[in-house]
Amino acid sequence: MGNPDMFHVFGVAALLVLIAGLYGIIASRDLIRTVIGVEMLAKSVTLAVLAAGYFANRVALAQTLAITIIIIEVAVTVVAIGVVLSLFKHDRSIDVRTVRNLKG
Amino acid sequence: MNAEQQLTVNMILLAGVVITALWTVMTARLVYAVIGLAVTSAVLTVVIFMLNAPVAGVFELSVCAGLIPAIFLSAISVARRLTPQALVVRLKEQARRFWPLPVIVVLVAIALARVTVAAPPAAAAGAGQQDVRTVLWTLRQMDILGQIVILLAGAFAVVVLLKESKNG
Amino acid sequence: MLALFVLVPVAGLILLNVPTRVAPSRMAAVTGLALTIAQVVLVILRPAGIFSNTGPLTRYFSFAHDADSLSLVMLLTIGIVLFVTILVAWETMGATRRLFHFVNVLLIAMIGMNGASLVRDLFTLYVFLEITAVASFILIALGQARESLEGALKYIILSAVASALMVSGVALFLLLAGSTDFAAVSAALKGSPGHVYAKIAVAAFLCGLFIKGGLVPFHAWVPGAYATAPAATSVLLAGIGTKISGIYALIRLAVSVFGPLSAMNEVLLFVGAVSIVLGALAALGQRNVKWLLAYSSISQVGYIVLGLGCGTPLALMGAVFHFFNHAILKSLLFVNSASLEDRVGTTDMGRMGGLGAGMPVTSVTSTLAALSTAGVPPLSGFWSKLLIIIALWQAQLYVYAIVAILTSVITLAYMLVMQRRIFFGKAAGELPPAVEPRYGLRVSEIVLAAITVAIGVAIPFTRFALDTLSSVVAGIH
Repeated sequence: MGNPDMFHVFGVAALLVLIAGLYGIIASRDLIRTVIGVEMLAKSVTLAVLAAGYFANRVALAQTLAITIIIIEVAVTVVAIGVVLSLFKHDRSIDVRTVRNLKG
Repeated sequence: MNAEQQLTVNMILLAGVVITALWTVMTARLVYAVIGLAVTSAVLTVVIFMLNAPVAGVFELSVCAGLIPAIFLSAISVARRLTPQALVVRLKEQARRFWPLPVIVVLVAIALARVTVAAPPAAAAGAGQQDVRTVLWTLRQMDILGQIVILLAGAFAVVVLLKESKNG
Repeated sequence: MLALFVLVPVAGLILLNVPTRVAPSRMAAVTGLALTIAQVVLVILRPAGIFSNTGPLTRYFSFAHDADSLSLVMLLTIGIVLFVTILVAWETMGATRRLFHFVNVLLIAMIGMNGASLVRDLFTLYVFLEITAVASFILIALGQARESLEGALKYIILSAVASALMVSGVALFLLLAGSTDFAAVSAALKGSPGHVYAKIAVAAFLCGLFIKGGLVPFHAWVPGAYATAPAATSVLLAGIGTKISGIYALIRLAVSVFGPLSAMNEVLLFVGAVSIVLGALAALGQRNVKWLLAYSSISQVGYIVLGLGCGTPLALMGAVFHFFNHAILKSLLFVNSASLEDRVGTTDMGRMGGLGAGMPVTSVTSTLAALSTAGVPPLSGFWSKLLIIIALWQAQLYVYAIVAILTSVITLAYMLVMQRRIFFGKAAGELPPAVEPRYGLRVSEIVLAAITVAIGVAIPFTRFALDTLSSVVAGIH
């Protein structure tokens, strides 16, 4: 599999996951699902970075990047969930329709 | 396993990742979505191991298939007590909202499958440092500092957002 | 020991959270003010020990070889805007627990922005921009007002999309260059500019930055975020937050990584011009001060990008200068808005009027900021816009130059209308009697306005200012 031409297989897969995540964010009915969509985006780029590292012969470097990405992902998720839970306390609902009016 | 077989296995695994990702995003029940997230991460972890990245794989599995779904589940349990009764027609609504997604994914996949991209020149000029720990500590110190700071930020978020709510 | 700019705020953050007998919020605010002032002073004085990359700490934390002059401008701007932000927060929140949290998180934002200004690696740049973003999320959501939380969530989502695009680009750069270091990526791009992955990587990374910077067509989140954030956070976001995240990163990439790519320049010119026009037109119709200022920001940031797209040294001078000027001016305008909110209780201009008599400082500084933003001589905004327009003309980009000039007229229009509706004429409705805002807000307004006027006047009358600008551009590498 060391053939560098095969990166694009992984690239396409990462792109498809990205699309799934974006669609999830746009089409989600409730806020928690939207955050799950954000998680999907992070998966997509993790895959992309590690695949790139493999085919560029920089596996160690790619792993350090991936680890950092994952840690950032945790922090962002914690903040996002914190905001969502605070909204619950206001709202008693996780219906994203009430947030829609801000969508531009 | 020769190169040809390895590639085939990887393609199957990648297809698995995409499919589980789709299921996670499209499934009707929120709890299933969180489980789907964990499963997607697990399949992705296998791919990561195939990409010779065991350290990253361990992180991915423990964090994205463990810690993060746990966070989501605790958030859901808080929310569930507050939301009104689930809609009966939720399944129908999900189908209505989400049917374009698999279509898009399949179309994109077909379109791009025909494309082959030649490797960029000089892509692998010289093998890089091979040990993750060495790279991390000698090359990426700023990233480590960044990780520490962003985790601090996450901790602050919890304190700020959840404590303050006690004051209304 | 450049790492100090990142490490000292970390130390401050840790120390602040050690329980002491002194009132924590006051201590936090004072510490924050001290750190920001120290940053400004250090950049102006530039003691060699701090700014060379030698010294005991470099064994553990190594940045670039030097902080180049662009980084210095950024550090200076960050220091000034954060200083003012802390003052505004202190006055609007009082000495409360909330202020304590605010300053703590602001220090995190400071770490993020300082770090982003100093690093020489694409991925690390992303990491520190993400730190800034997460701090911004918290600062917006602070106080837990319903609309702030919604604004924060929207920003989180858009920032996540932008980050995904940027990291996708980084992954491809890794494939192309075997590294994420500026120099390596730059070399790889020069070596194989036509490769599909190179194009995708650049496009993805740029789109991510356009979103973070609030440029057209990804500008829609900006007004919501600026307006729903608490007053002090708006100052931070508009003054420096989105600028560092999007615009500084763009400048840095254009100069240090991508080099003169003609395709990218055309994109920048176009995006800049459209942002200028759309932002200005949208600002005309706004009734809420913060929304007007937000669209104005989109427009002014377009000027910076326009200068960047032009690419000549003169244009770059104008762009960096306008970056600094706009940071000062927008911060000032948002401080004014905070003063209004504080004393009059609203940001709806339909309910305001005739406040000039009761709030002379706010009124005068606001008018100065308005005129400077519109490019009226001899204020600072005039000079930076002039540089950009002259550079465009010299580069034979006549259409863009004309667009820039004409939109200045629109800018003047909405700015004057804003002034009139708020400070002159008669009050539209029942308002509490207008009184000058509290000390801290006034000080911020005066300081920022003074900077604007001083720079504006200094340019024609002293060689100092122009020389500084030229050396800034020459010193970018």
